[in-house]
Amino acid sequence: MNLSILFSEQYRKIARDGLWDNNVVLTQNLALCPLLAVTGTATNGLGMGLATMVVMVASNAAVSVSRHLIPSEIRIPIFVLLIAALVTLVDIFLNAWMHELHKVLGLFIPLIVTNCVILGRAEAFASKQPVMPSMWDGLMMGVGFTAAMVVLGAMREISSAGTLFANASVLLGESFRFLETTLIPEYKGFLLMALPPGGFIMLGFMVALKRLLDRKAAAKITEPTIIDTIVLEEGA
Amino acid sequence: MNSEPVKSTPKVNQYVEYVLRTVSDLRQKLAVWLEPGNLEQLRPLLQYQAGVLGGFALLAAILLGVADLATRGVIELRLQEDLQANLEQVVPAELYDNNLLKDSVLLPSADANLGAEQTEVYLAKKAGLVNAVCFKFVAPDGYAGPISLVMGIDSKGEILGVRVIAHVETPGLGDKIEVTKSKWVLSFNGKSLNNLTVEQWAVKKDGGVFDQFSGATITPRKVVQAIKRGLEFYKVHQAELLGPSQ
Repeated sequence: MNLSILFSEQYRKIARDGLWDNNVVLTQNLALCPLLAVTGTATNGLGMGLATMVVMVASNAAVSVSRHLIPSEIRIPIFVLLIAALVTLVDIFLNAWMHELHKVLGLFIPLIVTNCVILGRAEAFASKQPVMPSMWDGLMMGVGFTAAMVVLGAMREISSAGTLFANASVLLGESFRFLETTLIPEYKGFLLMALPPGGFIMLGFMVALKRLLDRKAAAKITEPTIIDTIVLEEGA
Repeated sequence: MNSEPVKSTPKVNQYVEYVLRTVSDLRQKLAVWLEPGNLEQLRPLLQYQAGVLGGFALLAAILLGVADLATRGVIELRLQEDLQANLEQVVPAELYDNNLLKDSVLLPSADANLGAEQTEVYLAKKAGLVNAVCFKFVAPDGYAGPISLVMGIDSKGEILGVRVIAHVETPGLGDKIEVTKSKWVLSFNGKSLNNLTVEQWAVKKDGGVFDQFSGATITPRKVVQAIKRGLEFYKVHQAELLGPSQ
């Protein structure tokens, strides 16, 4: 496969959308149910993000492949059917062959079905685009989602328990034990942050920060100096 | 045997040719049918829509059915391993030489309020003698939902160990019932209905001997009550469980 296609204008736009401009959590404000439920720790956020990403790539591919077959009147039930079947398959296979991981993620996997972002991407992107861009879109949206989940999980974990990536070795294997750190020893804990309201509060901060950064970037673009233009072109 | 294939070669070739021709015919037909233009005409038709929806449902059903068949045995094995690991936590290895999972009795427990109509009690035997029993049970009335427990009891009725298998209690407060979070659950070791009175089988707030957690009383209270019910359930069936081999 020719990888240079990933640097074409279309693919770069998809990546920028998924990672930042149209980020699932920070801009679309979708998927809040699994988001608030599992981001008590960075590890859980990472696990849920990765599982969602896999399902999103697969569902975007499936929807895109069959997009000409599906009449628009019954597209939603078919998308839901495809996504539910995929999630159940992932659940079954994880349970059988990656049982330790399933014990950690088991609770969250059924939550993916309720994750409206997967249906959202199927509807908004995959049902209108060829397979490769659709899978790329699923991957990038998934990476953006995972990144937001890990950051939110990390902030909640640090403030609620003083640790970071607790139990990472259970999720990723023994070789990732080095990730498990205690940032604040003898920390008494701040329960609110471990509970869903803490998730809402942190999420609010993150959305606000993103808007602030976007506004600053927009202000720069309207008044570009020569140096700014060069930096923007290189960084784009 | 060797001469057979040589004789039938023309016939086999005919079959292969026929199959290949049919396949390529079907592929051509499918390609024509799958033309975006053709599909565009089909899509508004009601019978086409019903067919497509039915087709996708059938596809999903077949996929899930096959996946279930392929993994059912493996998953069963994994769950057995989990159970084995849970039981090993509450019964010390030196107390038995049998396979716990293979040596069990199913007892009715509808009256015992242990979360199930029947409870499977696993017998830990050494040289054919029942040294201890262990079983899973549920405190159905935890603060945020049911709390699953596993408990080992020796032949004198004393607790060998209790572990919480699954729960949905509040993180940071109620989850101290997990042995990885707090040593609280170890305080049941050695306790029995004989060495504590009925009143002592409660959290300190209720006049008993077991600690509650600061900020969480309901979770430990319900766990203590469930463990007491588990011991009473054992007491009712003690003779029956220990009897045959002693």
